[in-house]
Amino acid sequence: MLEWFHRLGSPRTFFEMTSRWHPWLLALTGLVLMGGMIWALLFVPPDYQQGNSVRIMYIHVPAAMLAQSGYLMMAGAAVVFLVWRIKLADMALLAVAPLGASITFLALVTGAIWGKPTWGTWWVWDARLTSTLILFFLYVGVMALRSAMEGRERAGRACAILAIVGLVNLPIIRYSVDWWYTLHQPASFKLMEKPAMPLEMWLPLLVMVIGYYLFFFTIWFMRIRNEILIREQSTEWVRGRVAER
Amino acid sequence: MKFESFQAFLNMDGQGLFVWAAYGITCIVLLLNVWWPGMALARIIRTGKAQVAGRQPGAGVEES
Repeated sequence: MLEWFHRLGSPRTFFEMTSRWHPWLLALTGLVLMGGMIWALLFVPPDYQQGNSVRIMYIHVPAAMLAQSGYLMMAGAAVVFLVWRIKLADMALLAVAPLGASITFLALVTGAIWGKPTWGTWWVWDARLTSTLILFFLYVGVMALRSAMEGRERAGRACAILAIVGLVNLPIIRYSVDWWYTLHQPASFKLMEKPAMPLEMWLPLLVMVIGYYLFFFTIWFMRIRNEILIREQSTEWVRGRVAER
Repeated sequence: MKFESFQAFLNMDGQGLFVWAAYGITCIVLLLNVWWPGMALARIIRTGKAQVAGRQPGAGVEES
């Protein structure tokens, strides 16, 4: 297993392996997301309090979960890059930032749209919403820092440090609903606990969560492969791959 | 199915605007996330091929 991970650290191995997975991952992601959305829009019963606006939960909750775990993965890549100097980790960090930013943007926007019919307001400056907005700025900060600095190695180290420092925001997002008084309800989806909602509402949410994670890895791998092609363009194997397309 | 008609499905008891706006924005952002790296890959391949063509013998030498 360890050897498999070690081999995966080579840009070429990663490229070849994930290229083979790509069509299957893309098809599976499309099927799961489409199936989940149709289920959520057509077959889920309306909530007794929120009515049909509860259908927004199926796109908001997975986005909010993924926004946080995407950041955790970015910080993980940052640690690997700083400690072991694995260049694939730097590429992974660079590739995940725009994806994470767009998913966090989705969490914020769908949350605001859901907030209007349920809370009566688009936005409140409470701890959960504000810390999620900070998460969005952290992703954008990593992207901005990368494009502002010259020297790939120096820029990579600076982004890695910023990503690790930003980790402090994750427990704040996670526990803000317990620590402070807030309009935001507690977590709707917990893998390790019995669902607080009926199974007919929880199952489509599980499908959407799986779909969002599949989507995340499919796009992340695409972006990493692009970065590999750019950085390794002088190697014989990349020239071969480019020529055969 | 939880709706009696297509009209009821679109209207969603007056909450259709919120639901459809949220799903619409989500679909656009997800599709853009697929489109961007796809376009970037096409650009990388184009540039790579142009560079390979430039390296081949005789390339870049103008005929007199």
